[in-house]
Amino acid sequence: MSLLRFKHVSKSYSGVAALTDVSFDVERGQLVALVGRSGCGKSTLLNMAGAMDFPTSGEVELDGVVTSALNETALTVSRREKVGFIFQSFQLLASLSVLENVELPLLLARRAGARETALRWLAQVEMDTYATRMPYQLSGGQMQRVAIARALVHSPVLLLADEPTGNLDSTTGDVILTLLQRIAREHKTTILMATHSVDAEGVTDVVVRMRDGRVQDMLKPAKSV
Amino acid sequence: MAYLTIFYFLFARPLWRERLRTLLMMATVALGVAVVLAIEMAGEAAAGSFRSSVETLAGSGDYEITATGGVPAAVVERLAMLPYAFKIRPRVEDYATIAATNRVAPFIAVDMLADAVANQDNVGAGEFQQDGSIWVGKDAGFAVGATVRLIVNDQAGDYKVRGVIDNAADAIVMDLSPATRLLGRGEKLDRILVDVPPGPSHDWGAVLREALGEGITLAPQGSHTDENRRMLAAFRWNLRVLSYIGLLVGAFLIYNTISVSVVRRREEIGIVRALGATRLAVLLAFLLEAACLGLIGGIVGVGLGRLMAAGSVQLVAATVQSLYVSSRPAPVELTWLVAVTGVLIGILISVVSALAPALEAARVVPVEAMSRGRRDHEVQLSQWRDLGFAFVLAVGAWVASQQPAVGGKPLFGYVSALLLIGSSALAIPSLISVLSRTTAGIVGRLFGVEALLASRSLVGSLRRTAVLVGALSTAIAMLSAVGIMVGSFRQTVLLWMEDRLQADLYLRPAGPAGADRHPTLSAGIAPSLEALPGVAAVDSFRAYEISYDGLPATLGGGDASIAGRYGQRPFHSGAHPADIFRQLIGRDNVIVSEPFANKHLVKAGDTLELPLGERRVRFHVVDIYGDYSNERGYIIMDRATMLRYLPDPAPSNMAIYLRPGVELEAGRRAVEQALAGRKVMIFTNRSLRKEAILVFDRTFAITYALEAIAVFVAVMGVAGALLALVIDRRREFGLLRFLGGSTGQIRRIIVFEAGLLGIFANIAGIVLGYVLSLLLIYVINRQSFGWTIEFHWPVTVLLSALSIVYAATVLAALYPSQVAARLVPIEVIHEN
Repeated sequence: MSLLRFKHVSKSYSGVAALTDVSFDVERGQLVALVGRSGCGKSTLLNMAGAMDFPTSGEVELDGVVTSALNETALTVSRREKVGFIFQSFQLLASLSVLENVELPLLLARRAGARETALRWLAQVEMDTYATRMPYQLSGGQMQRVAIARALVHSPVLLLADEPTGNLDSTTGDVILTLLQRIAREHKTTILMATHSVDAEGVTDVVVRMRDGRVQDMLKPAKSV
Repeated sequence: MAYLTIFYFLFARPLWRERLRTLLMMATVALGVAVVLAIEMAGEAAAGSFRSSVETLAGSGDYEITATGGVPAAVVERLAMLPYAFKIRPRVEDYATIAATNRVAPFIAVDMLADAVANQDNVGAGEFQQDGSIWVGKDAGFAVGATVRLIVNDQAGDYKVRGVIDNAADAIVMDLSPATRLLGRGEKLDRILVDVPPGPSHDWGAVLREALGEGITLAPQGSHTDENRRMLAAFRWNLRVLSYIGLLVGAFLIYNTISVSVVRRREEIGIVRALGATRLAVLLAFLLEAACLGLIGGIVGVGLGRLMAAGSVQLVAATVQSLYVSSRPAPVELTWLVAVTGVLIGILISVVSALAPALEAARVVPVEAMSRGRRDHEVQLSQWRDLGFAFVLAVGAWVASQQPAVGGKPLFGYVSALLLIGSSALAIPSLISVLSRTTAGIVGRLFGVEALLASRSLVGSLRRTAVLVGALSTAIAMLSAVGIMVGSFRQTVLLWMEDRLQADLYLRPAGPAGADRHPTLSAGIAPSLEALPGVAAVDSFRAYEISYDGLPATLGGGDASIAGRYGQRPFHSGAHPADIFRQLIGRDNVIVSEPFANKHLVKAGDTLELPLGERRVRFHVVDIYGDYSNERGYIIMDRATMLRYLPDPAPSNMAIYLRPGVELEAGRRAVEQALAGRKVMIFTNRSLRKEAILVFDRTFAITYALEAIAVFVAVMGVAGALLALVIDRRREFGLLRFLGGSTGQIRRIIVFEAGLLGIFANIAGIVLGYVLSLLLIYVINRQSFGWTIEFHWPVTVLLSALSIVYAATVLAALYPSQVAARLVPIEVIHEN
């Protein structure tokens, strides 16, 4: 069974269509790239995948559950257990240290052993030596590594990444993409990533091209990175 | 024009978008302005445009002649014999209680025919002279022909209203002859008003003085009113200062709001600067924002202040009556001057408070690259430098507190208080930082991640947190300081009454008491009471109003031998009361109360020259005693000495000591029977204390009301600031939802932040409040009023007040927390 299914999903904001009849499946363990120009509906699709937004018509199924059928509490539980987010602008909390930022999802979910798990994940992204630093003391690439650790610390089945390399130079961006690819492979985490990056196509299992709120085509490129 | 455009883009639109927050800030200014104006208008009505009630019908004359114990009627004849056409108006001035309402009204006796104060058309000449004829002022509310029951001294009687006088306010007016009979004044008058003849200038003062005895005082008419005004100056001054606390708290909050604006719009400012706006344009735009908020807040504050003045004038008037002088509050007047002043205060306080953040905004460089985290980090670094400044200000405060009063006003005391508040504000970032860091772990473990996030957020936004805590803690500090001062004062008064009130029963003429009213009991009462089998001693005390060194004071005469036998009045020298009182007997020696000594800089061993009757007599001050019954100050001599100079034996009040073994109720019944038919109030020791403490509590009601408003302003400010915080951090709250945070957790974060703010503010407030209370008790009070207050912690009052403030602070977070929970994460996650 697919982890994520978009079934005839349409979305409009104040009468303006953002998505029109989008349908595709994301299989478990796949790294899927959503590509397309700004405003084509990539972020809207990611928000729906993470149950942060809901279709005007159609359905989004996450792990066999239709997200729009869930109440607020069930949605929160679903996000805590199944989804991790990575953002273009890193979105680390300025008042928390690196370690605290990473353990935050576990603390919000009231899971035990948050500190140890967070340290383990920081080691995975090679940021464990920066655990006590504050976000403003890090470079962009370092911040995104921390954001990746935070997105994965609660072992989600689906990682949603919105332009994860958009604020980074190309070298650092490549490093981040490699890291994402490695993590997807090692942890069998499904990744849905919105990106402008041409390089990203090389590391993904599926590329979904979008245009004006519609899926233009879906490709399965040969991985090159 | 460019400024206006920038202003519109950067401020007008955000202000409109965040209407509730804008409204809260304007309300803060409005309340601050309203309190200041309310106190100004109520103070002016109750004590400012003050004329003593007995000034009724005095008109505007040239001179007034007074003497302690009354001016001999013969003086009128002496003046009339002078070869000048003086207009001489003798008067008797007293008070009567209207039995039906228990209201005290001025009782004025004038020569009705000569003064022509009443419409004489329907009144025969004989009726003026009748004992039962009175005229009433229009405000007294009686119609012509009505019968009014009045209590004058200890006698009740029915009086017929012969006419209503337009310009006599609420006074009861009587002709001179029946009034002197009624009051038992014999050949004594209270005041003689003298109008000098028009024409060429002459040294009329010298002419008149020559015709008077050396103890008789000649002064320009209105001197008595001026004396009272001077006496009330310190009271009004302190009230005014208290009213500025709300404004001070408001200033903190305006500073905070503008600071938040600057932080939030930093990037926009950078962009506007890059597009060509000058530093001055940015500075003026921010100041214009503050001025607009101040203008609207000021206008609202003026209206609100007028309403509050109407409510508070009775409270202020009650204090004036209890502690100072019988007067009637004038109508509350909102003049153009007051209104414009109010609006200007609103604008000024807003602009001054906004100046520092506006300057910071003007310094923003066109390319703003500094991240918020780094800015906050720099604020955290500067906290240690600020702690150093805090120490310097604290030292300055201590130095200021050691300075003497300036013109009777504790100016340096106030400077010291301001420095202390400044010192506390500078020390608060360190306090928050240290407390948060040391308790974050525990807080997180005890209350979960929400509390941890709240704690971190407060330290992360240290500057904003510090200003908020500063505002709330200042309000709490003033509340605690005034609470401690009043509580200590109350406890001191209770202990003082235990020492002072040793008799079993106390008598005074019926009717409400007043600091400057001394109605008398019939002279024959004392012997009849002394003759009662259960009575061991009767101490008759007579009080007169005198003027000493340009200020009103009370001259009293009591039986020193009885006081020496029973009294435990503590004296400054520490000598045994019996030894001190013994020195009063048969000699021109006096003791003076502490407020009198402080006000006139008198010490034991000094000599006072007092005008008594037609003489001036020198008295030796034996000692100074603690007294809290009124602020005017007492000079006390032995009754026999007083009778030698002022031979009126009627006492103002009496203290009765029962024989050992005589039951209080039995003694009281016996005294009541002996006084049958007289309008005398009998208090037991306990009921007198109860009444005194009631008066005390009423006196300080206005103080508590002002403090409560300051705290309300602060709590309202916290609500506004928390709302700003939610708006400012909406991206963060959106992110938390992405990371699995529930709406309940978001709500709890805001409530925890308010809770932590409340705790920090309470800790800082209590520490500052304690220090300020020492300043109030040992410097400001002593220099303003001359009272010695022993320090006491009013634990229950403080705990309840602080709990209410804390609960209000947390409640203030409920709406902002709701707003935070309603944010749509996908809309706010990408906002800057």
